[in-house]
Amino acid sequence: MDLLRFATAGSVDDGKSTLIGRLLLDSKAIFEDQLEAVEATSQSKGYDYTDLALLTDGLRSEREQGITIDVAYRYFATPNRKFIIADTPGHAQYTRNMVTGASTADLGIVLVDARHGLTEQSRRHAVLLSLLRVPHLVLAVNKMDLVDFDQETYTKIHQEFTAFATKLNIPDLEIIPISALQGDNVVNRSENMPWYQGPSLMHHLEHVHVASDRDLVDVRFPVQFVVRPKSDEHHDYRGYGGMVAGGVLRPGDEVIVLPSGMTSKIAGIDLFDQEVSEAFPPMSVTVRLEDDLDVSRGDMIARVRNAPTPSQDIDAMVCWMTNEPLRPRQKLAIKHTTRTGRALVKDVQYRMDVNTLHRDQETKELGLNEIGRVQFRTTVPLLCDPYSKNRTTGSFILIDEATGVTVGAGMING
Amino acid sequence: MTAPHSDYRLSQLDQLEAESIHIFREVASEFEKPVLLFSGGKDSIVMLRLAEKAFYPAKIPFPLMQVDTGFDFPEVLATRDAWVDRLSIRMIVASVDDAIADGVVVDDGKTSRNRLQIGTLLNGIEEHGFTAAFGGGRRDEEKARAKERVYSHRDEFGQWDPKMQRPELWSLYNGKIREGEHMRIFPLSNWTELDIWHYIHQEQIEIPSIYFSHEREIIERDGMLLSASDAVQPKGNETIEKRTVRFRTVGDMTLTGCVESTAANTAQIIDEIAIARVTERGATRGDDRFSEAAMEDRKKEGYF
Repeated sequence: MDLLRFATAGSVDDGKSTLIGRLLLDSKAIFEDQLEAVEATSQSKGYDYTDLALLTDGLRSEREQGITIDVAYRYFATPNRKFIIADTPGHAQYTRNMVTGASTADLGIVLVDARHGLTEQSRRHAVLLSLLRVPHLVLAVNKMDLVDFDQETYTKIHQEFTAFATKLNIPDLEIIPISALQGDNVVNRSENMPWYQGPSLMHHLEHVHVASDRDLVDVRFPVQFVVRPKSDEHHDYRGYGGMVAGGVLRPGDEVIVLPSGMTSKIAGIDLFDQEVSEAFPPMSVTVRLEDDLDVSRGDMIARVRNAPTPSQDIDAMVCWMTNEPLRPRQKLAIKHTTRTGRALVKDVQYRMDVNTLHRDQETKELGLNEIGRVQFRTTVPLLCDPYSKNRTTGSFILIDEATGVTVGAGMING
Repeated sequence: MTAPHSDYRLSQLDQLEAESIHIFREVASEFEKPVLLFSGGKDSIVMLRLAEKAFYPAKIPFPLMQVDTGFDFPEVLATRDAWVDRLSIRMIVASVDDAIADGVVVDDGKTSRNRLQIGTLLNGIEEHGFTAAFGGGRRDEEKARAKERVYSHRDEFGQWDPKMQRPELWSLYNGKIREGEHMRIFPLSNWTELDIWHYIHQEQIEIPSIYFSHEREIIERDGMLLSASDAVQPKGNETIEKRTVRFRTVGDMTLTGCVESTAANTAQIIDEIAIARVTERGATRGDDRFSEAAMEDRKKEGYF
């Protein structure tokens, strides 16, 4: 069984909670005691129906306000696949949560209300998912029951979105007409929309091919932890623990260690007490080298003629996540793979309007939830790839040194 | 040498394992004084196994800390000791009884041992100066937990503020803390109850015997089956009966109920859990029944 992570996006009233509730309910991921609690609360609040949103709004303040304020992760499984949902809030002011949820997703679902068609919000979410390089996108045209399952309404939204998507980087797009409330095309194909020949949402989630979305060519192994047992039994053992970020490593491969540039060969790859013949993303393994090099956390193992370029000048798209704006000359802590350092903001080249994709070059600041292109100078060279090539070696976070809070997320250009 | 994956795909269990190992190594690298909070239950033991794998062949580079309620199951303590011996890991016991005797927490006769664990735990963390504490919490357990980050920041009072959580992107964890603060780390965040059981089955991990079906003297109270012991005696018309049961979670004997079951090995437990219609906490934990936000409220105060 394999794993699919997906993020859901959509405005408050597009029926996101209902859709998630239905996916969980129909895949039997909701237990009787949870459902009873939700039924009891719905009743005590005087609702006419069971509010499935109560299943997913986990915090007291969320239930009080009836809105989702933070990303939540939920789990369900079918006989074919296990799923992790990053349930991200739709409110405009929570773009950072949407970015958070999308950063690890294989697939993004954008919901639109069939009655209203594409809104600014749906475009924004599609832009964010494309910026975050979520490889698969589903546009779920919801509330089809409220437009009498009308094919023309669907076709119009389909055409409008396909035209918009050509401006974005979306390698795989599926547009599915659904009714989350009534269950049409969610798990089972709808009898109300015989004109629709495509898969149900669940069928698509179960079958979309995600294995090829990883880079299995360019070897990238950020050294995370040096394993040196101080025991008689393993006196000479020296291994480098880490998670493979790209490519396939095999014993005997010639490798280079960055930033030192020293070369060696892989002597062995250990997975706990076993030796393995290969390691690929996202395996956590321990790599041993033939030579006794000075390798420490923050270094990277790569192939000799295929290594990332160490650079202290970083050009990236940044999503800013805090009230105090990002400004030129600002100093921040930066974490990239297993390497941390400090970064100086050299320039804010432009701020991007995520609704229109317009690049505003006048403004030299990024406010809360804004995205722009920023140049940094870092204290340590980062061993990076363009984010478009590798989501692990192409991403970083920015941390406010005074408060310790994560204030920004960056995706390296190139 | 093994070549388990010719198509370069990891099974979801292998993927969860790889991600948890990554988290253990990240914390061991970036925090000065981590500790693994250990209840003796299945999740704690899976954490120990993952930590063992993360640093092998070196020893686990941090100690265990158990908050002893004074009402722990003897079978659980026995398994704990066996693991500690095998891994030769240092173990610290923070005892609720000691905390009461020292005036760290107050036993008013009404507050549950589970709640008294909060103060005992925070005191233990402070006393030893731990900067990171691994917990076995899983997001699928409860809806407040579904919101929790892998790195969960706690202020100098040990409090969790769900509205002030740090965004957590990719696998880039932010471990920056200030003096007096600490981080709770949840390497099992993305695991479900079923994943845990599949993993225990696959890895043949030793867990306390009370997880498997056995005959036990129980008292039925408020729909829960409590184990009869010195701490739990019949009240009113309650009686002690013998039933064939097992535990889905283990905690303190006064609050943890068991379920009637004939599942005697991990394969049978997996079959049983796969069709269970009640959550593990709903079935067996008295402490979550106080209010809809019981878990959230305890976590804000510093609970796991």
